Amino acid sequence: MPDSSRTVVVVDGCRTPFARSETELRDLGAYELGRTAIAGLLRRVAIDPAEIGLVAMGTVIQDPNTSNVARECALGANVPASVPAFTVTAACISANVAFREAAHAIRARDVDVAIAGGTETLSDVPIRWSRPLRRRLMASRKVKGPSGWLKLLRGLRPRDLAPDVPAIADFSTGLTMGQNCERLAKRFGITREAQDAFAMRSHRLAAEAAASGLLTEPVVPAPVPPRFERATADNGIRGDTSMEKLAALRPAFDRRFGTITAGNSSFLTDGASAVLLMSEERAGVLGIRPLARVVDDVLVAMDPLEELLLGPGLAIPKLLDRIGLGLDDIDVFELHEAFAAQVLAVQIVLADDAFARERLGRDRAVGRIPEAKLNRWGGSLSVGHPFGATGGRLVTTCCRRLEHENGRYGMVAACASGALGYALVLERIAS
Amino acid sequence: MSIVRVERRRDGVAIVRFDTPGSPVNVLSRELMAEVGPALDAALSDSAIVACVVASAKPGTFVAGADLKQLLAIEGAAEGTAFSRGGQAILDRMAASPKPFVAAIDGPALGGGLEVALACRYRIASDEPRTQLALPEVQLGLLPGGGGTQRLPRLVGLPEALPLLLTGKRLRARRAQRMGLVDALTSPGGIEETAARAALMLAEGKLRRREPRRSRLNRLLESALLRGLVFARARREAARKTRGNYPAPGFILECVEVGWRRGVSAGLEREARRFGELVSGDVAKSLVRLFESMTALKKRPDGMPEPEAVERLAVLGGGFMGSGIAAVSVPETPVVVKDVKEEVLAGCLRHVAGGLERRVRSAAIRAFDRDRFLARLHTSTDPRDIRHADLVIEAVFEDLELKRRVLAETEAVISPDAVFASNTSALAISRIAEGAKHPERVLGMHYFSPVEKMPLLELIATDRTSEQALATAWRYGVRQGKTVVIVKDGPGFYTTRILAPFLNEAMLLVAEGAGIEDVDRAVMDFGYPVGPLRLLDEVGIDVAAHVVRDVGDVFEDRGLGASDALPKMYDAGYRGRKNRKGFYRYEGAGQGRRKGPSEEAYRFFGARSGPGPDARSIAHRAAFLMANEAVWCLQDGVLRSARDGDVAAILGLGFPPFTGGPFRWLDAMGPSEAVASLERLRDAHGARFEPAPMLRDLARNARRFHP
Repeated sequence: MPDSSRTVVVVDGCRTPFARSETELRDLGAYELGRTAIAGLLRRVAIDPAEIGLVAMGTVIQDPNTSNVARECALGANVPASVPAFTVTAACISANVAFREAAHAIRARDVDVAIAGGTETLSDVPIRWSRPLRRRLMASRKVKGPSGWLKLLRGLRPRDLAPDVPAIADFSTGLTMGQNCERLAKRFGITREAQDAFAMRSHRLAAEAAASGLLTEPVVPAPVPPRFERATADNGIRGDTSMEKLAALRPAFDRRFGTITAGNSSFLTDGASAVLLMSEERAGVLGIRPLARVVDDVLVAMDPLEELLLGPGLAIPKLLDRIGLGLDDIDVFELHEAFAAQVLAVQIVLADDAFARERLGRDRAVGRIPEAKLNRWGGSLSVGHPFGATGGRLVTTCCRRLEHENGRYGMVAACASGALGYALVLERIAS
Repeated sequence: MSIVRVERRRDGVAIVRFDTPGSPVNVLSRELMAEVGPALDAALSDSAIVACVVASAKPGTFVAGADLKQLLAIEGAAEGTAFSRGGQAILDRMAASPKPFVAAIDGPALGGGLEVALACRYRIASDEPRTQLALPEVQLGLLPGGGGTQRLPRLVGLPEALPLLLTGKRLRARRAQRMGLVDALTSPGGIEETAARAALMLAEGKLRRREPRRSRLNRLLESALLRGLVFARARREAARKTRGNYPAPGFILECVEVGWRRGVSAGLEREARRFGELVSGDVAKSLVRLFESMTALKKRPDGMPEPEAVERLAVLGGGFMGSGIAAVSVPETPVVVKDVKEEVLAGCLRHVAGGLERRVRSAAIRAFDRDRFLARLHTSTDPRDIRHADLVIEAVFEDLELKRRVLAETEAVISPDAVFASNTSALAISRIAEGAKHPERVLGMHYFSPVEKMPLLELIATDRTSEQALATAWRYGVRQGKTVVIVKDGPGFYTTRILAPFLNEAMLLVAEGAGIEDVDRAVMDFGYPVGPLRLLDEVGIDVAAHVVRDVGDVFEDRGLGASDALPKMYDAGYRGRKNRKGFYRYEGAGQGRRKGPSEEAYRFFGARSGPGPDARSIAHRAAFLMANEAVWCLQDGVLRSARDGDVAAILGLGFPPFTGGPFRWLDAMGPSEAVASLERLRDAHGARFEPAPMLRDLARNARRFHP
């Protein structure tokens, strides 16, 4: 960090409700969701949109009509046209990377104020025609005469008319996230019971936090045309779930010997999030009390086949070492829950001395995250996981929890497809 | 600096640019026309010039029409005819020139502005919402006196041209192109260059105007066999709408018909003559003055402090009024609409979204603007969500206690310098503000329904309202596109106060034996857009009963009673159109279609004696009461000026526009004559017709309301 760098603060964060795909938010695209989140953020803070210097939004499954969806979201939310906006795509940490880019831009004195977040709809993924059909459609623009058309259609098979639905799979390994997590669970010996118990914990905590209003405070309602009824609450939380109900579900990826089920995995979700960042000076000038200060963050990458979901296991200790804190110094942990097995695997890695020696050059591992500090208001398993937007939720929840639990340091960490990992430490600014 | 400048380009194109000095838009004035002639001579006689482009030196506006001040100054038909002939002569030379003229239209081309474009051989327009083409003369009681009645039908076809001429409807570039009124669309930047290329191509014979695609029906309607039918129908329609009060539509039809039958020069001749008659007549003068008053009301009045900028608006109550207020506000600022019911909020969003959607369809705004505006609208059930508002407009039910409670709840959350406005049609603002922590920021904003359509906003100041709060609300009203008239607080303010005796009189007339339809028809024939009894049905008999109670004091103090029919109807469960029980019968689905008068309604009017008054006296009694009450308002200081009273009565209540408003109407007949008429009515019908003291004063001193 250069000497001229300065402190970045989180002022506020909000999100649309997170809804299971194909439910309430089905008729809103990623653009509408993101626009709603940004407009909601500007309204909550009541800041002049001309203050904004940058908008960065994450998204994973892109709509080709809005390829730089961040720009459309920002314009649609009445952020001035003079404010640059770009879209970040880094799988499930897209919003985290958007946040990182925004924080860096502020730290480097490029801008004073930035919005970071993400938006995702999994209710309307771009379904393509098959490659043979696509190729002919492209070529058809140059076709001349009936013989040309005949030549073009030659070789086209009935099965080529079937649509091509994008899979949530790692390109380099060919495995879906679920399949890879199944490998991971088996390798670490993580039982079905342990996974189900963690999933149940997530749902119960989320239900409690929703009931008390803690989880829902940052939710901005999303009116859904054409009726314009407002979606106001997350709809994936199952507070009434039980070990029996979870045990009754069939494994999704390895039907006979697997342990990963729909119940202990995060579900397909629609939603968007937005976080307002500023330089500490600017917040002072505007008379705004920020929630937290950005201490530092780190982005890591590992092996996509063997370590796909272990990113936080590497990122957390690496960041702690860099800022000179121990695991015990952190009061609040917000860890992305892609799968229950993945969180449990990360816990194992965090306590693995051999891993610490080989990969981090540490004598000992940093140790497990105490349950009492981890995801106390639920997580992606229960609240939902709109891929590109989750990072914004994690940051917002972390800040709110720091305040509620009267903590000092908070840690946000997440894994992502491609075996990326991210960790961020925030420090509460006491009023 | 000259108003008309000509640039001679080396490629042989002359660009003629209009530039009215000291004005944001170009207007056709005598000065401008005096310069166009020589400019034209120079371009036409210069052999190096092969083609011309007509454009504006002001980007974003072409020519907004004629100079209204100069039109008002025209005295006598002969002078008006000469004015028209002068314009026609110039445009004729352009149209007949062997060197092609091309109009480059970016922004409004209205009235004479469009006539200039019509005289060109080719028209290129920018594809922008601001580019609008229209011949709105009819709205000012005039007709297009620069060849518009002749050239427009020839360019786009007779059945297509008539509605444009008779309504003054504005067309955006795309629709104008489809119709053949515009020949090509382009982007605004470089429009002159594009027009210059087109002009050269026309000169070289490489470009021809393409005839628009027209429906077979419209072609058929133009045939000698059927066009008589077209004209007859249009005349019937015009007569139905004008009820004989507005001569312009009939004259327009006449000019078109003469031109169609006997050729352009006969048509132009008739056009100039009729223009002279119209422009020197009272109707046009009234309408032009009204337009000028509305324009003047958009400017900050002398002595008003600089308004605070409203960054965020809150609307309390998401019903029909609240939704309308939100709809006209989202293009300007973020708006929070607060209501206790989720379904009301959903309805509010649908209302605003639906309105925006219609504007997208008419190309008034872009689809993305709809999104941006909608993103500014936040609906909420949480009272804290209004805390950032600098202006709060309360649009809850008309109930004093409720409004007071809402004010108290609002003051608890908003900042001390935020302005609080009550949208009410009759409740005195000072009474709403009685318990306020900060009465200086409480005022009234009386919108008319439907808010999107009705141009008037009555802004009400109490004795305690601060000038600053008033200024802030005034500016926001203007931003919403409203004509804002500032009045002093009092029962019914201005509009409701002068409406009450008018409605009351309608009921007294029925009690005297006049038929429900007879009353409405007589009042409409006089020039109101809707009759008083139909209005009561539309507004709601419950609402009217409330209003009568709230306004009643003023009249009781003067010893004037109200008809008891309204409370009786209310008690009998009559609510007007909304429950299909009113002065009229309603049949069919939903709110139903209005049928004849309800025979049952008559039973609330006691033993009706005799045939009742004739149409003329019905109209006079209603109009005189309204005008006389307006004078009371001016005398009591409710109104700041007669001009305000004229504008508000026309825009808010539909007082016949051709009269110029109640004060102009009284001025036109002369205050002494008005006093005499009122005294005759008083002697025949009672004290409510007692002339207002101010009117007597004017009569005594032989003065008028307007200088």
